[in-house]
Amino acid sequence: MKADPAGVLTGVHYLDGDFACGEGAMAAGCRFVAGYPITPSTEVVERISRRFPMMGGTFIQMEDELASMAAVVGAAWTGTKSMTVTSGPGFSLMMENIGLGAMMETPCVVVNVQRGGPSTGLPTMAGQADMMQARWGSHGDYEPIALSPRSPQEAFDFTIDAFNLAEQYRVPVFVMMDECVGHMTEKVVIPPAEEIEIVPRKLTEKPPGEYLPYQNNGNKVPEFARAGDGYRFHTTGLTHDERGYPEMSEECQEKNVSRLLEKIRGSADKITRFVENETDGADVVVLSYGITARVARMGIDLARKKGVKVGEIRLEVVWPFPEKRIRELSKKVKAFVVPEINYGQMVLEVERCAAGRAGAILVPHAGGGVHDPESISSAILGAVK
Amino acid sequence: MSTTTQSLHTNVDASEHPIAPFLRMDRMPHIWCPTCGIGTIVKCFASALEQTKVDLDKTSIVSGIGCTGRVAGYMKLDAFHTTHGRAIPFATGLKLGRPELLVTVFSGDGDLSGIGGNHLIHAARRNIDILCILVNNFIYGMTGGQNAPTTPVSARSSTMPYGNFEHPFNLVHLAASCGAPYVARWTCLHIRRLTKTFAEALTRKGFRFIEVIAPCSTLYARLNKLGSGLDLMRFYHDNAEIKHGADTREAEIGFQDRILCGKFVDIEKPTFTELMHEHYTKTLGDRFVPMKPEGGWIHE
Ligand SMILES: Cc1ncc(C[n+]2csc(CCOP(=O)(O)OP(=O)(O)O)c2C)c(N)n1
Ligand code: SF4
Ligand SMILES: [Mg+2]
Repeated sequence: MKADPAGVLTGVHYLDGDFACGEGAMAAGCRFVAGYPITPSTEVVERISRRFPMMGGTFIQMEDELASMAAVVGAAWTGTKSMTVTSGPGFSLMMENIGLGAMMETPCVVVNVQRGGPSTGLPTMAGQADMMQARWGSHGDYEPIALSPRSPQEAFDFTIDAFNLAEQYRVPVFVMMDECVGHMTEKVVIPPAEEIEIVPRKLTEKPPGEYLPYQNNGNKVPEFARAGDGYRFHTTGLTHDERGYPEMSEECQEKNVSRLLEKIRGSADKITRFVENETDGADVVVLSYGITARVARMGIDLARKKGVKVGEIRLEVVWPFPEKRIRELSKKVKAFVVPEINYGQMVLEVERCAAGRAGAILVPHAGGGVHDPESISSAILGAVK
Repeated sequence: MSTTTQSLHTNVDASEHPIAPFLRMDRMPHIWCPTCGIGTIVKCFASALEQTKVDLDKTSIVSGIGCTGRVAGYMKLDAFHTTHGRAIPFATGLKLGRPELLVTVFSGDGDLSGIGGNHLIHAARRNIDILCILVNNFIYGMTGGQNAPTTPVSARSSTMPYGNFEHPFNLVHLAASCGAPYVARWTCLHIRRLTKTFAEALTRKGFRFIEVIAPCSTLYARLNKLGSGLDLMRFYHDNAEIKHGADTREAEIGFQDRILCGKFVDIEKPTFTELMHEHYTKTLGDRFVPMKPEGGWIHE
């Protein structure tokens, strides 16, 4: 379906990534946001709190991020599209109810504008060191979906994608921004509402009594009933059967967890998304995401001038990781070069998929800025030596 | 979608038990110990739902984790068994996401005032429109009788084997001083009064806080050699003192001491949502578009 025009600020704008992300959420139909202020993410909720009262949306500044995430999961069960926004320290606190969201199969969006860590780290400066936290941060087995924009335009577009994916798979979806993208101001084109494709909350058509909240419907994503429609359903963070009733058994655990994983793994080919350039005949492929993809581009150009055949993979969806494509490429290239603003996170995925057939060379950066393009080009040159 | 008020969508016959239609009888037997007080409070709550004839289709119940945290799972309502301590913020999201819902939080003393204490004080301060029922058994029941923020001084718990030396919360005073417009306390011996209070609170608005003192027969009573749940009920009978409108500062609870009960606060006060609407109407005029009672935009 098409977007609700009330939330769409159609036009050509000059916006920073945080504002663009907020506009993306409103265009996607988000009408409930709970958050707690934290640099460099706060501008997202500042934008939303200004515009929400004019479009039937409610923003609440909660007492902390534990509460913010809990409120978002609660609100999502009313059918109202919901989101929270944070940065590293808040992301850590949200893990508890991100797990609840995954277990209850709650469609919602969590934006993390990453800064340097660990702990309070570098509040106002860039980092990409929460990528594995997005993958594994809450306890237990679950499969997240995460996107990583490299520009304000992508912050707008990918936030809409995040809402749409959350609806399709009934999971919390992460928008893994970083301080650079969040605070960089660029042209953002917001199309008319009728050109924005929205996945609406699909409510079950089964009558109460016949409806089972956690029935596997072939595609492994159960049908949704919202609170207040007479279903009198039960949902819990405990291991549960199709009725949503707790059941403490190995069999139920197996059934529950494997479906939670399979609903994403089984559709990974549809969810993964990346841009691939000039990998045909390449000796080296640079894999990057977010702000680092822009710096990597400069590093690639420098190496090409020196005659190296370099291809590029830029992840748009970072989780699930495009395993299949990296496996295929690993049979053809000498090495992957992976620059990221951390000391080795997504490179571990590349290494796992390359499985020794090709090298996986990390170009680390501890955070606080972006790479020097030369550090990337010299890693590329080193890879073909 | 049903719009009836008290259609019960259940095959359970009320002749089985008057409140059976309000429960998930397919989940019986419940997990609570014999003479545990929680079941009695559930009975009073269900009776209040019946008496008030509230629209059950629009009534949600949210619990955290603990023995009391299992209540949501036994009620035949839209029911949410959430994470430890987070029932109130979860319920806040539910209420703000679909403002027409009647939302009740039903959870334990450890859940709501220990790990979830920050949410309790802020929900009371904001006057979020939820009914909050806190079962105070002076202990962490589910995990085996550890100390709670409510354990009276000198009472034993499994982690205070020589008796508790920490100052406990006076929860009705906490809620009242944070601004809750409706604050009451009963023990689970006071079945009729408790039911009446639940019924009254169900029809009020704002953050309604009801503390119910209840026996944890298996742990609190045993660790403190207080006999069975029945003996604790006798104790409540002899030591509960009813004083409506009492200054909540006087409502502290000592070990095996008098328990001050009654309705302490009952005032009119605008809720979070009312304040928000009033404020945006004033500041934004015609440009203000409140969220619809049925929730945010989801359909074409
Ligand atoms: C984050 C987290 N920490 C600890 C626990 C373990 N836990 C479960 S219930 C509980 C205490 C519950 O006490 P209370 O709320 O008083 O409920 P009661 O069992 O007494 O009714 C604890 C500590 C948990 N489930 N989650
Ligand atoms: S342990 Fe205590 S609180 Fe829990 S069910 Fe038994 S008696 Fe009730
Ligand atoms: Mg307790």
